[in-house]
Amino acid sequence: MSGIITQRAGSAQRRESQVGEGLLVRVLLILVALAFLGVFLVAPIATVFVAAFSKGVGPYFAALAQDDTVEAIKLTLLTAGIAVPLNVVFGIAAAWLISKYDFWGKSLLITVVDLPFSVSPVISGLIFVLLFGARGWFGPWLTDHDVKIIFAVPGIVMATTFVTFPLVARELIAVMQAQGSDEEEAALTLGASGLQILWRITLPKVRWGLLYGVILCNARAMGEFGAVSVVSGHVRGLTNTLPLQVEILYNEYNFVGAFAVASLLSALALVTLCVKKIAEWSASSRQAKRDASSRALSPVRAAVSLEGVVP
Amino acid sequence: MRFKTRGVLPGFGLSLGYTVLYVGLLVLLPLSAMIIKASSLGLSEFWLKVTDDRALAAYRLSFGSAFVGSLLNAVFGVLVAWVLVRYRFPGRGIVDALVDLPFALPTAVAGIALTTVYAEHGVLGEQLAKIGVKVAFTPLGVTMALTFIGIPFVVRTVQPVLEEIDPDVEEAAAVLGATRFQTFRRVIFPALLPATLTGFALAFARALGEYGSVVFISGNMPMRTEITPLLIVTKLEQYDYAGATAIAAVMLLASFGMLLLVNLLERWARRAEA
Repeated sequence: MSGIITQRAGSAQRRESQVGEGLLVRVLLILVALAFLGVFLVAPIATVFVAAFSKGVGPYFAALAQDDTVEAIKLTLLTAGIAVPLNVVFGIAAAWLISKYDFWGKSLLITVVDLPFSVSPVISGLIFVLLFGARGWFGPWLTDHDVKIIFAVPGIVMATTFVTFPLVARELIAVMQAQGSDEEEAALTLGASGLQILWRITLPKVRWGLLYGVILCNARAMGEFGAVSVVSGHVRGLTNTLPLQVEILYNEYNFVGAFAVASLLSALALVTLCVKKIAEWSASSRQAKRDASSRALSPVRAAVSLEGVVP
Repeated sequence: MRFKTRGVLPGFGLSLGYTVLYVGLLVLLPLSAMIIKASSLGLSEFWLKVTDDRALAAYRLSFGSAFVGSLLNAVFGVLVAWVLVRYRFPGRGIVDALVDLPFALPTAVAGIALTTVYAEHGVLGEQLAKIGVKVAFTPLGVTMALTFIGIPFVVRTVQPVLEEIDPDVEEAAAVLGATRFQTFRRVIFPALLPATLTGFALAFARALGEYGSVVFISGNMPMRTEITPLLIVTKLEQYDYAGATAIAAVMLLASFGMLLLVNLLERWARRAEA
């Protein structure tokens, strides 16, 4: 999914083809596409909100105010509060590394960074059980020292961090690679330090990509189900995150409660999509500005181009 | 040969060290723990565990429904990408944003929502029940859930390629007397094929491992509607760590295979573009 923002950035000035389908075919194709998305996307997301408010506003808020649910909200916030900053720092470091340098083993590193995407969430939980579970590698040592990781909060945080860790990095790598390093190299020749370049040039340049990466990482951290379900042990009020609370309430046939909690997570997902849309707009307007300025300045730019000047 | 081959900005050592340490601790160490655990089983025991009837039924369901779901996505994904890139209609921006929903929506939420929609008394389930189609708690329901979570992949890989296709070639085809359908089949579709296959493979890989959105709608009957990730969880809950690890190793191997395939497809797509 990486590079969506940047790949789509150049599309603004596409010339329309002079040949096309007739009106009837167009309308038909649009309707079929909308029907497909309606059945698979709109119906489920609408159902969440309809079911959550099916008994009215009062029961909705009563369901959210239940003790277990409040505890689940707290644990979810805590988990995301640890996992997201860790992955943001990693994402910036990895994106800087991959987009600013060429080095031996780079493509291997990119593949490894993407690994958690191709691993089943269940396996993502299992690997931590095998490491820290009662019969895992470090299990006996942990039991001796009375440290609980599996079926406790640390395991949930670890599994969540594992599952969400490529998200910020992938967004930033795509954006940074698309933007290039001209400004950074110019700053370097003017005497800026590495930290100054990162803070004053690179991060402002990628801010929308970074924001989307953070928001997506946060939404996924708060919504992770499979991996967390394997390591949590489902102790009510203690090791239940919001998605696990959804499962418990649903299995108890408390549908209003389950969908009320689900509506919180759905709202978060919708906000994430909005941020992505804004990030795309800003990327394409930035691209348009760059195109315009490079057309205007191209002879000047060619004269002062850093290529060849910098070793 | 120098280790670093290009790049003048400072911070190479720091960012390399930090990235490798983080990836090593968080990803490579736990994954290798699993591989070592699986290989400690011994070949005959491993084989016995990964080929018992229940496991075979789970693979069949997982691979089969993931394949059908991704195939649906390949067809409709190209259509949706086409409509979004080529046509202007009210609400296009919203539809475009909504395509990413399965990527942002927690899988458990998707699971209970799909189950509610397609249950016998659900909005769409009721209509389907009238024509004799049962979705929830059948393999068809599993396929529906796996289709849902795969939607963004084909659309998002095909969209940029479609935007890059030069209108000249279509006009040339039309001038030479091709019908619109011929132009699509002979000119546009070959250009989209690598991206479509990449999207298909990505959706398939994601569907193979999917857990949250499936467990609610599948009904989880062993031998019939039990997907492989669920079988792993079941074995874990019975403290059968060896069995869970063995089946997980098979799934991990399948995902690595898919990852390799996606890389090859992307290389092919790049060459096709050049």
